Amino acid sequence: MGNSISLRIKQAYIVKKQRPVNLELNTIKFPPSAISSILHRVTGVAMFFALLFVIWAWAVSVSSPEGFADVQAIMDGFLGKFVAIGTASALIYHILGGLRHVVMDLGYWEELESGNLSAKAIIALWIILTVVLGVALC
Amino acid sequence: MLTNQASMKRNGVQDYVSLRTTAAIIFAYSVFMAWFFITTDNLTFIEWRGLFSGLAMKVFTLATLIAVMIHVRIGLWQVLTDYVKASSLRAVLQFVLNVIAFGYVAVGLFVLWGV
Repeated sequence: MGNSISLRIKQAYIVKKQRPVNLELNTIKFPPSAISSILHRVTGVAMFFALLFVIWAWAVSVSSPEGFADVQAIMDGFLGKFVAIGTASALIYHILGGLRHVVMDLGYWEELESGNLSAKAIIALWIILTVVLGVALC
Repeated sequence: MLTNQASMKRNGVQDYVSLRTTAAIIFAYSVFMAWFFITTDNLTFIEWRGLFSGLAMKVFTLATLIAVMIHVRIGLWQVLTDYVKASSLRAVLQFVLNVIAFGYVAVGLFVLWGV
């Protein structure tokens, strides 16, 4: 998980060292790279549990025409759409975050400025793609 | 390295390579399925079942599910070691989550078997 986590630890250390403690929460902000790192984790864990639904829906839908119709009905409803868009959105972010990690593996986007810029870029791209997905599925 | 290869002990390099190779498989499967849904209008049961009846797709799907199992084994371990400090609780959580991950593979295998 590389850069962003060590950055978070370093930040926490700096915050601890500088006293008095700052309790004005609105002045404390995670850098974009930290947000990107946390989103990568959140989307990963979320997808793990979403797979319960995805694999269930897949198993039922390929088993019989009745099962297929049942799943189709769920997918037309709010809950089905919500889970489908949520899962696909999480997957999109996790892939973008993963690709960013691959770029960092190759030695780019590892500096403070470029790391934060790439984090902002994938978050922006993720929001755009999620909106596109939402429009396409609704 | 020989003792590492022979035992079940993991190391950082192994986790690193496993995480990225499994990610590549899952990524390929995600792109394929996205392409399938985008290019297919009004999906029917026959088409949907037909997609998974070919041997290549069965292999691809099973490989992806196994990749997911390996990927979450490392990923959830990374997350749990950061947030769950009590080692006994972490062991229980890891066990349960890994059993669920294995369950995904097992369900996938039997579903693919029947298609």
